[in-house]
Amino acid sequence: MTNSIREIEGMEVIFIIGSNTKETHPVIANRMLKAIRKGSKLIVADPRKIPLVKFSEIFLRLKPGTDVALVNGIAHVILKEGLDNKEFIKERTDGFDKWKKSLETFTPENASKITGVPKEDIIKAALLYGGSRKAGIFYTMGVTQHTHGTDNVNAIANLALLTGNIGREHTGINPLRGQNNVQGACDAGCLPNVYPGYQRVDMPMVKRKFEEAWNASLSDKEGLKSTEMMLSAAEGKLKALYIMGENPILTEPNVGHTREALKKLEFLLVQDIFLTETAALADVVLPATCFAEKTGTFINTERKVQLVRKAVDPPGDAKEDMWIISELSNRMGYAMKYSSSEDVFEELGSLWSALSGITYNRIRNNGIHWPCPTKDHPGTEYLYKAGFPRGRVSFTTVNYAPPAEPTDKDYPFVLTTGRNLFQYHGGSMTRRVAPIEAHAGEPYIEMNAEDAHRLGVKNGEPVKVKSRRGEIEIKVRITDRVSGGILFLPMHYREAAANVITTDALDPFAKTPEFKVCAVKIETF
Amino acid sequence: MGTGGIAAGGAEVIAAFKKELKLAGIKANVEEHCSMHKVGCRGLCAKDVLVDVIVNNEKVTYQYIKPDMVPRIIKEHIIEKNPVQDWAVGEDYHFFHKKQFKVVLSDCGSIDPEDINAYIAVSGYDAARQVLTSLKPENVIEIIKSSGLRGRGGAGFPTGVKWEIAMRQNSKQKYLICNADEGDPGAFMDRSVIEGNPHAVIEGLIIGAYAIGSDKGYVYIRAEYPLAVERLKKALSDAKKNGFLGKGILGTKFNFDIKVKLGAGAFVCGEETALIASIEGQRGMPRAKPPFPVYNGLWGKPTVINNVETLANVPYIIRNGANWFASFGTEKSKGTKVFALTGKIKNSGLIEVPMGIPLREIIYDIGGGIESGKAFKAVQTGGPSGGCIPAELLDTPVDFESLAKVGSIVGSGGMVVLDETDCMVNIAKFFLEFTQAESCGKCVPCRIGTKRLLEILTRITKGAGKEGDIELLEKLSKDVKAASLCGLGQTAPNPVLSTIKYFRHEYEAHLQGKCPAAVCKELLTYYILEQFCKGCGACLRACPAGAITGEKKKPHFIDSEICIKCGACFDVCKFKAVVKE
Amino acid sequence: MKVTINGKTIEVPEGTTVLEAARMLNIPIPTLCHHPKLTPFGGCRMCIVEIKGAPRPLTSCTTPVSEGMEVITSSPELEDLRKTVLELILSDHPNDCMICEKAGDCTLQELAYFYGISPYNPPLLKGDKGGFLGERRVYGKRDGNPFIERDMEKCILCGRCVKVCDEVQGVEAIDFAYRGFKSKICPTFEKDLDCEFCGQCVAVCPTGALTGKMWALRGRQKDIKEVDTTCSYCGTGCNITLHVRRNEVIRVTSREDTWNEGWLCVKGRFGYSFINNPDRLKKPLIRIKDRSNCSSGSNGLNKVFKEVSWDEALDYTSQRLKEIKEKYGHDSIAGLSSARCTNEENYLFQKFMRAAVGTNNVDHCARL
Repeated sequence: MTNSIREIEGMEVIFIIGSNTKETHPVIANRMLKAIRKGSKLIVADPRKIPLVKFSEIFLRLKPGTDVALVNGIAHVILKEGLDNKEFIKERTDGFDKWKKSLETFTPENASKITGVPKEDIIKAALLYGGSRKAGIFYTMGVTQHTHGTDNVNAIANLALLTGNIGREHTGINPLRGQNNVQGACDAGCLPNVYPGYQRVDMPMVKRKFEEAWNASLSDKEGLKSTEMMLSAAEGKLKALYIMGENPILTEPNVGHTREALKKLEFLLVQDIFLTETAALADVVLPATCFAEKTGTFINTERKVQLVRKAVDPPGDAKEDMWIISELSNRMGYAMKYSSSEDVFEELGSLWSALSGITYNRIRNNGIHWPCPTKDHPGTEYLYKAGFPRGRVSFTTVNYAPPAEPTDKDYPFVLTTGRNLFQYHGGSMTRRVAPIEAHAGEPYIEMNAEDAHRLGVKNGEPVKVKSRRGEIEIKVRITDRVSGGILFLPMHYREAAANVITTDALDPFAKTPEFKVCAVKIETF
Repeated sequence: MGTGGIAAGGAEVIAAFKKELKLAGIKANVEEHCSMHKVGCRGLCAKDVLVDVIVNNEKVTYQYIKPDMVPRIIKEHIIEKNPVQDWAVGEDYHFFHKKQFKVVLSDCGSIDPEDINAYIAVSGYDAARQVLTSLKPENVIEIIKSSGLRGRGGAGFPTGVKWEIAMRQNSKQKYLICNADEGDPGAFMDRSVIEGNPHAVIEGLIIGAYAIGSDKGYVYIRAEYPLAVERLKKALSDAKKNGFLGKGILGTKFNFDIKVKLGAGAFVCGEETALIASIEGQRGMPRAKPPFPVYNGLWGKPTVINNVETLANVPYIIRNGANWFASFGTEKSKGTKVFALTGKIKNSGLIEVPMGIPLREIIYDIGGGIESGKAFKAVQTGGPSGGCIPAELLDTPVDFESLAKVGSIVGSGGMVVLDETDCMVNIAKFFLEFTQAESCGKCVPCRIGTKRLLEILTRITKGAGKEGDIELLEKLSKDVKAASLCGLGQTAPNPVLSTIKYFRHEYEAHLQGKCPAAVCKELLTYYILEQFCKGCGACLRACPAGAITGEKKKPHFIDSEICIKCGACFDVCKFKAVVKE
Repeated sequence: MKVTINGKTIEVPEGTTVLEAARMLNIPIPTLCHHPKLTPFGGCRMCIVEIKGAPRPLTSCTTPVSEGMEVITSSPELEDLRKTVLELILSDHPNDCMICEKAGDCTLQELAYFYGISPYNPPLLKGDKGGFLGERRVYGKRDGNPFIERDMEKCILCGRCVKVCDEVQGVEAIDFAYRGFKSKICPTFEKDLDCEFCGQCVAVCPTGALTGKMWALRGRQKDIKEVDTTCSYCGTGCNITLHVRRNEVIRVTSREDTWNEGWLCVKGRFGYSFINNPDRLKKPLIRIKDRSNCSSGSNGLNKVFKEVSWDEALDYTSQRLKEIKEKYGHDSIAGLSSARCTNEENYLFQKFMRAAVGTNNVDHCARL
């Protein structure tokens, strides 16, 4: 997020696209409701009638995978109505004219044709967002988990640049992180192309810095992304995999492929708190600790570093992950000696200035937003106040392309996947919580009443959902959340794993799988 | 004809006249010389159905008319020009009207409420025209202020002052609400005004809206008043057709529209903040004041809420001038007030009297005194929020200050007359039952406090009262009044406090196991006076419990162990031999 | 705006309530229905004060300060009214604190003690069925939902739950129903609660009317150690407090003064019991059966894995990794870390992959 969560209160316009905030980030949604109570206006763009629609001024119910057309259509109207922020564009951006030309075809009429959203609503949304200089955009996987996810993100960025809705308090672009410490995992360098703090592995200067700090010789070759790891394993190139706290069988696209790929490995090491589907395939399973059993820090979606404190001792012989990694490293011949997690955090801070000013002591009561370069720096609630890191930012021309797998005669339904309120991700935590299981323990697929009527299925009846990759059996939940021709499947249930049927088509840049659109058919019993 | 008249058979009487006139073959005359009008209620409910027959400009008013009486009236009076004197109203009909002075009700009962032209014909909408075309809002407020008009809903807040505060609020949107959520038991003033002359209320709203600068009005009216709602809706649509509502009213730049909002019958919704919550679609629960609605009301905007009667006064004040209005009433309570006179009174009905008239005149001159010659005990004014005024205070003038001084209120105008057969503890209990059931449940003193008051009263009426209960009632009443959130709770103990104040001896008698009015069943014993009993056996046959024994022609006996105190024996005995005590 | 409370004067911004102003002056005013994060209600009447010029006591939580206002927060009359209010509430309360989950953490209990409400004090007790003692609401059926226990006999109708559900959560699952003494807070048509189960209502309930089913009979407040930490579910990062008793997390709450204002979601508030799940891995495991013909699931685990010591597991693992690295090169090994783990763990993990293994094949599930 370029803003902090606090700043939501104070935004004139909140534009949510591809985020079911009320269910995936409920407490952020609370803050949005507070803002709405104080007069903020809400725009929701989503194929599903998600809970926040109830509070929205405008609901743009777009067809799955048509985000670019919608966002470009809005930009088109903003330009036409002269609501663009000319001063901002002139001083802080490049490539405006070229981009502007690319928008010409995205008239509200055309955008409406592609997205299925009435053109009046596109215009209304454009006037509302473009008419405000305190507007925030929020998105999650609904935008990114597409073969053109990067395009979607760029289109959104263009919209913010066009109106200058970034770099000030109460206005910005805010991807909401799905997991407690995705931000931290990225920041700490668990990415194949960068060291901690997004310092590129292929830059000799950076490599030298880390070689010195770590006293080791490092590779300058960009590594494999998680989705590529599975492909590489399947091809037999990747021989060993060390998985810490992940369950890729359930969370990577196309379960069958992932399982086969992992089986091909010569050595699979899994470190987790439960014997997950993935751990069951491992050669060695190491019992680790959960958040209540260790001390450390998380970085949340607003870049705030917060303390995690140990409350209970781990069960049996389970050990803290830090201890396990250090022991393993020592045995591999690379010495790791830390007396506490605080030592590790200080080392991280010494290698990345954004965290340099943060100490455990400073965040004992309240977290601090990075960047926080010095010990007396208050932290940074919103980014780009002093301009963009590279001076000017370019508009990126984005064209609309349909999803990788369109529907056809054989597979007439669009299947989109996501989360529900009660379960979490692969379910290894929530599915072991008895009340949650009692209340929301059964997989289901959301279907529109008309489709259900046509297929002759009633609420709660089982159907077969088939794609070109696989099939699952699942009960139907009839709801007006989805419109005709669209099905929604929550990702949490291993007994009806969404990823058995989802496509493994990836975004060419981010390698994010297209979980949000694939073609399926329904067979009744 | 209002709801009461219709219930008494008014519609059937009209139908009978139509049919009989036709049968009598005076069809031709119907068109040329004879016309028939139905009019609004004129107040004297006790004598319904009333029919005026005007022949050669001579009016005869008939009372208690039923459809089967119509042929004779037509035959003797209309055809033979010979009024049916037996059925004509008597002296008390004229007495009933003599001491009244009608402002709000002046056109009720003489014009057809469903015909806008009938209202226009009696100078209706002239006041609105005058205001919109020649007065500034400040002038209108000045007139209302100097007229001394005070809110008729109960609290008596000066209307002009309220309007002035609203006018001064700097807000684009303001609202004017007519409170027609009349909910007191025994009160039907607002209903009768809307049923009898809805256009006067609409005209009052137009003038008020112009004065405060509102373009949107509401009439919040009980759904239990279907006839009033129907007539109001028709009046609104007629007013709109005639250009009195909508955009650019009467060719001016003033816009105003009125929406009818039906209440679901919660008494508390008469409280203005609860009423606002109800219009907003929330549960009708009051909120604390301040801030008052005139600063922060409907949807958070400045809002004036006026009672039906208050608004209906406005056109007449504008037409006749502030001084005219101020010439009635007392120094602090100007004008007239409509009351619903009910209970143990001969001429029950709707009356309008100048403020300051003594209670005695209302009850004896207008009301004709107590039914069947029993002794007057008290009059309860102001409904569940009011109090009981005993005989010794009958000379109290009826105005806001004087009634408050004796522990009651004018309230919205309910007046229930009680006689010697009414038990005052039971009366207090009756009102507490009502307020407890109607408490919204929000604040503790009202929700639980009135419940406890009711429980104490109930045990007293059942003969289970304890020493100290009267003091406990007083203490709890005082605390509920002081600590409750809204007017409902703040006034709910009034019937208790005023009955204790004036009839403490009745409470004390109950604690000693006696109900002086012989009302409270558990405290009664029925017995037969041997010297009067003829042994006719009527009581024996009437007794459902088999408690009465006795041989024919010999004095009977009631076994109080078996007696269920239903009173059947008391009612059937022709010789006054059965006594209850 | 200047306001004088109990003789002390303070300047406050317009819109401040008398209660807020008093709290700024550290003047205590008892409250039951008031909650600082919710709109004022004015229902319990405990916070009544005398304001010069007002004909009757006004609730300080609802009354905005006006210029020059003079307020008295305590007088014999006010305290007497407060006591009556409390006695009335307790006259319709089970008063079974001995076996109440909320005992020791209950605002009503605190106030009752503070005001010296006693069965020997008139008018609460006046012989049997005397005084204020009268009918008490009795509700038979309990709610079937798995998260929230609703004991409506303990409900004092303060309305906090109704407001938090509407104002904070936007769900409006419950509201007031009925009138008079029978007034009650319940879901639509008195069905079982079916909502987002955020538990915000439980967090704001001042009595034992709303409690968590999961922490029933798991310990009283005084036996509990509280540890402030950060929620491990979504990326919002709510500040939570783990309630620990006998090395077990038995409840999760959030403090009102946290950035998330004390609000949580169903996962954050109720989704903690996985910590103590018996399925937790407790020993390192080494595979003894070939992987190619094993199916997923945890059936027959002891035939697939054997429990080993840490030394054995780590020695074996490091040896295998070294072998593969030598045989196929650094880049034949990859690591997937977790967005669930701490920064420190993630840092060490990538350092391990890069410095100890020598590859940049390290990623996590950010895209999923």
